Amino acid sequence: MGGKTEPAKSESMATATTRSPDLINSSFFSFKSLKLKTKQQELLLRISILGLVYILAFIARLFSVLRYESMIHEFDPYFNYRTTLFLTEKGFYEFWNWFDSESWYPLGRIIGGTLYPGLMVTAALIYWALRFLRFFVHIREVCVLTAPFFASNTTLVAYFFGKEIWDTGAGLVAAVLIAICPGYISRSVAGSYDNEAVAIFALLLTFYLFVKAVNTGSLAWALGSAFGYFYMVSAWGGYVFIINLVPLYVLVLLITGRYSMRLYIAYNCMYILGMLLAMQIRFVGFQHVQSGEHMGAMGVFLLMQVFYFLDWVKYQLNDTKLFQTFLRITVTSAILVGGIALGVGTASGYISPWTGRFYSLLDPTYAKDHIPIIASVSEHQPTAWSSFMFDYHILLFLFPAGLYFCFKRLSDATIFIVMYGLTSLYFAGVMVRLILVATPAVCLISAIAVSATVKNLTSLLRTKQKVSQTGSTKGAGSSKASSKVTLDQSQPFQKNGAIALLVGVFYLLSRYAIHCTWVTSEAYSSPSIVLAARGAHGNRIIFDDYREAYYWLRQNTPTDAKIMSWWDYGYQITAMGNRTVIVDNNTWNNTHIATVGRAMSSYEDEAYDIMRSLDVNYVLVVFGGVTGYSSDDINKFLWMVRIGGGVFPVIKEPDYLVNGEFRVDKGASPKMLNCLMYKLCYYRFGELTTEYGKPPGYDRARGVEIGNKDIKLEHLEEAYTTSNWIVRIYRVKPPTNRL
Amino acid sequence: MKQSSVVDLLLLLLAIAVLATPAFSDLVLSKVERRIDVTSQVARVTKTLKVLNSGSESVSEFTLTFPKFLGNNLAYLSVVHSEGKGKSKRPLANLSVREANAKGLPDSISVYSVSLPKALSKGETLTLEVVAAFTNVLQPFPEKITQGEIHLVMLQESAQYLSPYAVESQSLSIKLPNARIESYTKLENTKLQGSDLKYGPYKNLQPFSYSPIVVHFESKAAFAVAEKLVREIEVSHWGNVQVTEHYNVVHRGAQLKGEFSRLDFQARPNPRGASAFRHLLARLPPRAHSIYYRDDIGNISTSEMQSDSKKTELLIEPRFPLFGGWKTFFTIGYGLPLSDFLFASEGKRFVNISFGSPIIDLVTEKLIVQIVLPEGSKDISVTTPFTVKQSQEIKYSHLDIAGRPVVVLEKDNVVPDHNQHIQVYYKFSNINLLSEPLMLISGFFVLFITCIIYTRADFSISKSSPTYLAKLQWDEVLATLQEVQSIIQKCLAAHDKLEASLRDLSRTGDIQTCKAARKSTDSLLKDLSKDLKPLLGFLQSSPSASHISPKVEELVVKEKELQEKLMAKHTTVVEGYEKKSSGRDIENRIASQQQKIIALRQEIEDLLEFIDEI
Repeated sequence: MGGKTEPAKSESMATATTRSPDLINSSFFSFKSLKLKTKQQELLLRISILGLVYILAFIARLFSVLRYESMIHEFDPYFNYRTTLFLTEKGFYEFWNWFDSESWYPLGRIIGGTLYPGLMVTAALIYWALRFLRFFVHIREVCVLTAPFFASNTTLVAYFFGKEIWDTGAGLVAAVLIAICPGYISRSVAGSYDNEAVAIFALLLTFYLFVKAVNTGSLAWALGSAFGYFYMVSAWGGYVFIINLVPLYVLVLLITGRYSMRLYIAYNCMYILGMLLAMQIRFVGFQHVQSGEHMGAMGVFLLMQVFYFLDWVKYQLNDTKLFQTFLRITVTSAILVGGIALGVGTASGYISPWTGRFYSLLDPTYAKDHIPIIASVSEHQPTAWSSFMFDYHILLFLFPAGLYFCFKRLSDATIFIVMYGLTSLYFAGVMVRLILVATPAVCLISAIAVSATVKNLTSLLRTKQKVSQTGSTKGAGSSKASSKVTLDQSQPFQKNGAIALLVGVFYLLSRYAIHCTWVTSEAYSSPSIVLAARGAHGNRIIFDDYREAYYWLRQNTPTDAKIMSWWDYGYQITAMGNRTVIVDNNTWNNTHIATVGRAMSSYEDEAYDIMRSLDVNYVLVVFGGVTGYSSDDINKFLWMVRIGGGVFPVIKEPDYLVNGEFRVDKGASPKMLNCLMYKLCYYRFGELTTEYGKPPGYDRARGVEIGNKDIKLEHLEEAYTTSNWIVRIYRVKPPTNRL
Repeated sequence: MKQSSVVDLLLLLLAIAVLATPAFSDLVLSKVERRIDVTSQVARVTKTLKVLNSGSESVSEFTLTFPKFLGNNLAYLSVVHSEGKGKSKRPLANLSVREANAKGLPDSISVYSVSLPKALSKGETLTLEVVAAFTNVLQPFPEKITQGEIHLVMLQESAQYLSPYAVESQSLSIKLPNARIESYTKLENTKLQGSDLKYGPYKNLQPFSYSPIVVHFESKAAFAVAEKLVREIEVSHWGNVQVTEHYNVVHRGAQLKGEFSRLDFQARPNPRGASAFRHLLARLPPRAHSIYYRDDIGNISTSEMQSDSKKTELLIEPRFPLFGGWKTFFTIGYGLPLSDFLFASEGKRFVNISFGSPIIDLVTEKLIVQIVLPEGSKDISVTTPFTVKQSQEIKYSHLDIAGRPVVVLEKDNVVPDHNQHIQVYYKFSNINLLSEPLMLISGFFVLFITCIIYTRADFSISKSSPTYLAKLQWDEVLATLQEVQSIIQKCLAAHDKLEASLRDLSRTGDIQTCKAARKSTDSLLKDLSKDLKPLLGFLQSSPSASHISPKVEELVVKEKELQEKLMAKHTTVVEGYEKKSSGRDIENRIASQQQKIIALRQEIEDLLEFIDEI
């Protein structure tokens, strides 16, 4: 626990208990001498609070295990799980050089060079460490619990960060807030074995160490932050946020005249070392010196040197006029040289331009027009107000209050947190998934608001008691003295007002806790691979169709079978079905995905040619018409058309629409009614009565009777359909003999 | 498969023709009754043989023969010597059976030799009960069917009993499942009664008589075959036997060809899915607990459990219905109370547990039973009712150092008849039980010790750096402050004593004790102030304490003042008592002092608190 490294000078927390004023009774003498001193009490209290928060953060994330089981969630985590399994079985070098032929058939994928290995290596290290300590756990359990474990660690970092930018009280509040904040829990419940799980920890750690380095000017802390940055780079692509925010922060400090030697040391050490370390990750490689997204950091680094040089020259030259001229020449030439270098680099192609993802962050409408594959991902959608409310609850209005406190006590550290908060909140507005990045900042700033408010209110209460008791005018500490000044000119109801406000704050915080627990248990703990619904009698019904289908594939298809499905299910099929897929969630090759999209949106015989050319043996579609499961392939179909049409102009979106409307009933366009996706989803569905009182072939997900009930398949045959029809698998027949 | 068995049959017939009539020995089977049960996937043959020695020499060996294509699939064979007839029949002894080399017999015949309980002398008779179970003898025909077709299988046998001995009278009855019978070979004396097919009786058969029959019928039984089953039985002396079973199950019936239509399967499960099986029933021992059912990709939620005092029944449903040729893999696990399975005998302990799978009607092609004994078990031996392949391994589990000894038993072609108890004997001392808790305790102990050492030890590299020195100095200042605080606390305690003595005085009026108390307190306070002096001097001289020392000085001055005031008060009160003035008078006199004392006391408290917060 972190408590033991406390510097001795820390102020006591506002809520720490004071000693009992009853000193008259001397029989308690011996007991009193044993009693802990206030400082020790406070330390004990702090450590126990932190310990409890640590445990709380962990157990709050176990809802998913209790409600369902210890399993990997969603899509990407299955890839991570599969690679971790590979890493633990075959060792690091095999993993690093792994060419995966099970995905992106026939291209394959160089796994070692196209992933962020931080998560897998972390889980494998935990696994090996546990085995070394003679705990023979299964790697799956380690993977499932990695995210909660790192969430717990994040609370510790949040505490230290809060202490660094404000005080221990704020640190503690920040730890509690972040422990249960839904915005963070949504991506770190047990089983959500994704890069973000460790990345948020790494992100906050890097920021904390950097701020610490700026505050102390110590090389050691800067080194620490460089390593934190390295861990972040190894874990998640979101490191680009760090490498842009930190230079931006430095720039702001330079502009506001807060340049100092401490900043110089911190930034230079962190940037240079961090860059060199980051280059060790193959997926990142030389991007730090070659890509447009990283150029800002380099520019600030050079600017820093110019600044230092000028400082030195200013110190050498006593003549201010001479210095002014020198300054003008140096700055102009520096900017000129930098600009030319950037221009030449970009023109010659040495510096790559910004990527689509980066553009779409700065301009929310960019992806929709240019890269449908990015826009098609649900977590890349702009954030709705309701999800802010859902994920932040009271933090949403504590945040501005915290900003006010930060501005009131402006320091290097608070400037950082303010910048972090504001930029990340903007990005959170652009993309739903980036709420996660903003969460630590929002929690920290809100914690400042809560802590400062509570501290002020309690000190108000405590001072008043003292004054009424003794009538003395002497204050014990400077903070108390200042509050006494306000007290002297106070209104009579101030004490009651403070009590009322305190009660209000605690009410809000308890509402927050209730909200977080509710959100975690109801909304964020679903593995999405197992669907749960309430039956007519309130009993719980489980739809385990995905695993049923994947397990069928795993057991009852030839081991070299190639499965074609929409890319969403690629990772799951390779991990759970153990079969080769055409495309998967690593959307690195747009053309390949477009080919699948094209096959799905063509007529059966055209699609058959495409499938033959890709050696497809089985086609898998997800269909929610029987259960009313709405995120199925028919609802995703327009994206397939768009992505397919983006590469193959034969596919035209209007062909599938009727008056700009997407329909599957009798009024649907003929192309829609006869395309492969439609046929595969609705094959023999027309004979099935799904709901009482509705005609056969009634699609419950879309609430219509389907338009084409007489579907004949020529080149495919039904191989397997799960018990609730959610996943349907078709076998591609071999070509018929020519007569 | 089918073709090869036909070839086998031809070879067999040829061989029998060649053998002609030379008698194998002088034994004669006076009566043979054979019953073949084919209602499940296993063909279970029960034979009652009445053996008569018609020769002159006594015979101690009896030879059982099977056609090779049956013999190859023989999973289980037991021969019991029994006595009596009908209901009063009772088994006497299990006889040992071994595979014998066929002397002068063709390859197409498998030979087993039974050693009789006692040599059969001339004219004596003996009744043998033979139970044999065959797997894979019910051949699906046709070999591939669509979802809607019924599942037909074929049985090949001989209407006459194949034996090296002459048979005087024999009969055969085949118990077929209660369903459609497609065809059967019609010989003389063939009768079909309901689902029982009867051949015979046939009289006076020559040795090696053979008359092939083929029965083609519908089977509704689940052809569930575990290609491989690994049962791990982990014995923990903390009170649990944990059984984990990994099944690779396949449907060995006719393979499914063409489409699988969920619609047909749901709407008309019979006949559109009759050839598939959805459930398997496992009959676990009573008091089984913590049952789970999962596979490679997670928990399987479709299972039901019923339990009573006799048994625990677990109905497991694989993720998908198994059609012919479909496979699945799953794991079931359960805990059993140790007391039901672990016993002691002659200084040894033994585990008595059933060998085969608890799933009923399951044929296992390769069964591996691993019995994991506690770490430190010695002198391990196994007894089994039939021969198995044995080996030993080491398994590492939680908190193991040397690993646990594992007894591995392997057997191919296991049928439900093999579900008998095996015993594993070993020696284990109870002290070993404590090793794991002790390891945990010592682990935590070491952890805490390291923490303590870490916080106490000085890890700074440069002992002369200014920050380090400053830190040392600051530590010293803090230590001094603590001492000052404790002294002040002692002073305050002395003050309290003084006050207490005054209260005693008011109660008892004993002036002398009060004075004595004052004297002792006085000297104590003097000593304390003496102690305080060097500390104050140190604080004043120390540069890093410059911002604290004024406060401390103030504290000491205030304390001194309080002391004086208290003494004054004390004197006043005592004097008042000596003068016998009234209580009210005294109170009036000390009232002003009292107020000051309280104020001073409060100030000292404040200062102490402030110092405390440093």
